[in-house]
Amino acid sequence: MARKITFKIFRFNPYDEGSSPFQQEYKLEETPRLNLFSALNIIRDEQDPTLMFDFVCRAGICGSCAMMINGRPTLACRTLTSDLPETIELFPLPFFKMLGDLSVDTGVWFRGISERLESWIHTDGTFDTKSVEKLMDNELANEIYEADRCIECGSCVSGCATANVYPDFLGATGLNRIARYMIDPRDMRDNEAWFELVSTYEGVFGCIGMMACEDVCPKNIPLLDTFSRVRRLMIETGLSSKSTLLKTHS
Amino acid sequence: MSTIHTTDVLIIGAGLAGERIGVEAAKRGLSVIILSLVPPKRSHSSAAQGGMQAALGNAAMGKGDNPSVHFMDTVKGSDWGADQEVARIFADNAPIAMREMAFYGVPWNRVKGGPAEYYIKGKKQTITEDAAKEGLITSRDFGGTAKWRTCYTADGTGHSVLYAMDNLAIQLGIEVHDRMEALSIIHDGGKCCGVVARSLRDGSLSTYLSKATVIATGGYGRIYGATTNAVICEGTGAVIALDTGIVPLGNMEAVQFHPTGIVPTDILVTEGCRGDGGYLIDKDGYRFMPDYEPEKQDLASRDVVSRRMMEHIKKGKGIESPYGTHLWLDIRHLGAHHITTKLREVYDICMYFIGVNPITDMIPVRPTHHYSMGGVRVNKDGHAYSLEGLFSAGEAACWDMHGFNRLGGNSLAETVVAGMIVGERVADYAQKCRLEVSSALSEKFMKEVSGKINGLLTSKGNESVPQLKKEMGDILTHNVGIFRNGTDLEEAKKVLKNLLKRSRNIKVKSGAKGGNPELTAALRIEGMIKLAMTVAYGALARKESRGAHTREDYPSRDDEKWLVRTLARWPKGSDEPKLTYEPVGMIDVPPGERGYGGASIKPMKKTISSYNAEVDRLQKKNGAIQTAEKIGTRIKAGLWKKEVK
Ligand SMILES: Cc1cc2nc3c(=O)[nH]c(=O)nc-3n(C[C@H](O)[C@H](O)[C@H](O)COP(=O)(O)OP(=O)(O)OC[C@H]3O[C@@H](n4cnc5c(N)ncnc54)[C@H](O)[C@@H]3O)c2cc1C
Ligand code: FES
Repeated sequence: MARKITFKIFRFNPYDEGSSPFQQEYKLEETPRLNLFSALNIIRDEQDPTLMFDFVCRAGICGSCAMMINGRPTLACRTLTSDLPETIELFPLPFFKMLGDLSVDTGVWFRGISERLESWIHTDGTFDTKSVEKLMDNELANEIYEADRCIECGSCVSGCATANVYPDFLGATGLNRIARYMIDPRDMRDNEAWFELVSTYEGVFGCIGMMACEDVCPKNIPLLDTFSRVRRLMIETGLSSKSTLLKTHS
Repeated sequence: MSTIHTTDVLIIGAGLAGERIGVEAAKRGLSVIILSLVPPKRSHSSAAQGGMQAALGNAAMGKGDNPSVHFMDTVKGSDWGADQEVARIFADNAPIAMREMAFYGVPWNRVKGGPAEYYIKGKKQTITEDAAKEGLITSRDFGGTAKWRTCYTADGTGHSVLYAMDNLAIQLGIEVHDRMEALSIIHDGGKCCGVVARSLRDGSLSTYLSKATVIATGGYGRIYGATTNAVICEGTGAVIALDTGIVPLGNMEAVQFHPTGIVPTDILVTEGCRGDGGYLIDKDGYRFMPDYEPEKQDLASRDVVSRRMMEHIKKGKGIESPYGTHLWLDIRHLGAHHITTKLREVYDICMYFIGVNPITDMIPVRPTHHYSMGGVRVNKDGHAYSLEGLFSAGEAACWDMHGFNRLGGNSLAETVVAGMIVGERVADYAQKCRLEVSSALSEKFMKEVSGKINGLLTSKGNESVPQLKKEMGDILTHNVGIFRNGTDLEEAKKVLKNLLKRSRNIKVKSGAKGGNPELTAALRIEGMIKLAMTVAYGALARKESRGAHTREDYPSRDDEKWLVRTLARWPKGSDEPKLTYEPVGMIDVPPGERGYGGASIKPMKKTISSYNAEVDRLQKKNGAIQTAEKIGTRIKAGLWKKEVK
């Protein structure tokens, strides 16, 4: 017998003055290998055309669809109902600006992070169309790619105790981004520059080590290792630097 | 009151093609605004796993590669439907584009000197990588190529390249308005002046006025019921071009089916699986591709492999499942390490979506709609036909290096190369032009859009969008699929025509404020059906088989009659598209055998020089705008004879 799933979905439309938050119930018959991408679309097509949510790739690649699924932030498209109990509670990610129901504005926040961290290759060089690429060891290329794999889904910051208290905290995604550029020899920023950027409570010293981020990262990025690496480097730099040590949170 | 934005360059689409053009324009000091349905890094380019082709020739199996060989593979792949000058420009510039992306931070996989083990045509082989090339960009094998040419970053090429590109766009301070959908092109019949767009956050309408406008909206796979494409690939970019009534779409019947969509869900597993040594298996556990294609085997071009799979299924060799008949893709022999590193995305997709562990089990696959070779028809500068100031690039465009079949790895590469080349032309154009738009003109288009929205919200109709979408997807999948014939296509034409009528009778039930997903979908559906009609009409009219367009009733490629590109326009007020034809472009490599696929050919009787002599005149007659350099100047006539061994 197929299960009858009850969805309890958070509803709120911030663009409608008359709207106030509530939970709405929908019921759906479970079919084999039903995932939340299909389930939510069936509900919208057949029961409630106003339901708002975001999917793009529906393949666990683009990071659009993270939401709180029975209390845990994760990608909805690759979550199977068969892995969940009969009642499924869906909430939007906390922390981000609400756009409607399960849809939140991750794009603007992530652009802000990229601007703050200047997350691009810093170099004095210019690209020469005629010369071959600078050599790189394949192992290093793989290592950079490992850190480059973040899909900006926002699960880590949504699950993070610090981020929910200090909205300016860079979060696991931000710190991971820094690590990605730190190990990239094409980026000419030196340790002092990194130190300026992350040796604050918004940065790497804000993390209190609960590591919920690593637990929820849908791409299994080794965030714990990344943080220890960034921290180690920052402490070494801090100790050897003539500049003021460990700026405090302002 | 609606907002009015002005900018030098307006780009619709923040995927790789759109952002690369934005970068070029911003570097010239022009103001740039990019519109996108989603945050740029979520654009569909991010989903490409496999890689991008460029003739760098660093890997041992790529030795001796050069742009001429790449050009030749691309022309053959296209079944001679490509514009050969564009294919040449592409192949010549692809290596530069890959190196440029390395400069901007893409962690391309690199050559590691010494022996390495690979699976080639089903057999394990040891290949020694040249120590002198260590540290240069390496490449993997993809279908339909003479050399290993596909540059990659493990399993996430599209992701890495798009992230690097978007970070560069952020560095240059390029403004992106995400969740903003272009709904209509503002033009006076001769010149494009910008667009009217709707915010998917709050539902408000805005006017964007620009000197140059670029459509870089990607593919429109969602017109098909089953597709590998993202859910946002609904083709509104192509639709607004078609809706001008004057800009044509090129070769809409040229639709690619990828051999390995997984069953069910239609999610793609990359061609890299077969490139890295995986192969197809039938219900008897038999590797059947070498029987059909002794030379290229599982790595013939996509149109050929997809057809062979369907042929094999028709012989009763498929595996029955509740989700329909399929075949197997076997990558088990590549081993756990390879699968969880270089093909990790494939591993994740199989585990999460269908519960199959590809290290120990075979993957159920079947050919699935994947790519649109057709699109907004542009000249080699990326300038749209018949409308000054409108440009297009990437999958949305028919620049036409792909003709009737594109090679794996050539599309992602096209986005950055076209971005570079077209970007320069866009910037040139915007620099020499002034922003002059009468407010009456932009208000007229604004009124049209708001009128349409009001119409939908107050309609007394009874049609629902999901229902229309389903019927459209089904008829395309069944009647305008891999194998086509006159009877099926006639039926598709009739069904779609009726759907178009019904789409004008839609009822939007909710007037919810904000993004209103129901209204958003209702605004798109009529255009999607129009696109579907250009595909079906083009396919019915083209009485030959070329590349991915296979007519059971016209099995030969007919170079005498059909060495032409279809142009589909939608005259104002018409209830169907109007088709005309133009030469494919200047020919350098004369039409010949592809070396796979085994189709018969009716040769052209005309000489190449008399064909070429007419190209410029006939294309202009069909709306081509004068190119910056004369057509044919980049073709390097005959070089392939020396350089392709
Ligand atoms: C699953 C998959 C895997 C692939 N793998 C490969 C591969 O390995 N190698 C390869 O060469 N090719 C591959 N392709 C093809 C390739 O990825 C695409 O052709 C290419 O990325 C398209 O890029 P683009 O910039 O043209 O468009 P996209 O990246 O699709 O971007 C389109 C942009 O337009 C925006 N947009 C659309 N409509 C509107 C509108 N009306 N208003 C405002 N904005 C709009 C979207 O928000 C988006 O930002 C793959 C395709 C798929 C489906
Ligand atoms: S929709 Fe792309 S990750 Fe879920």
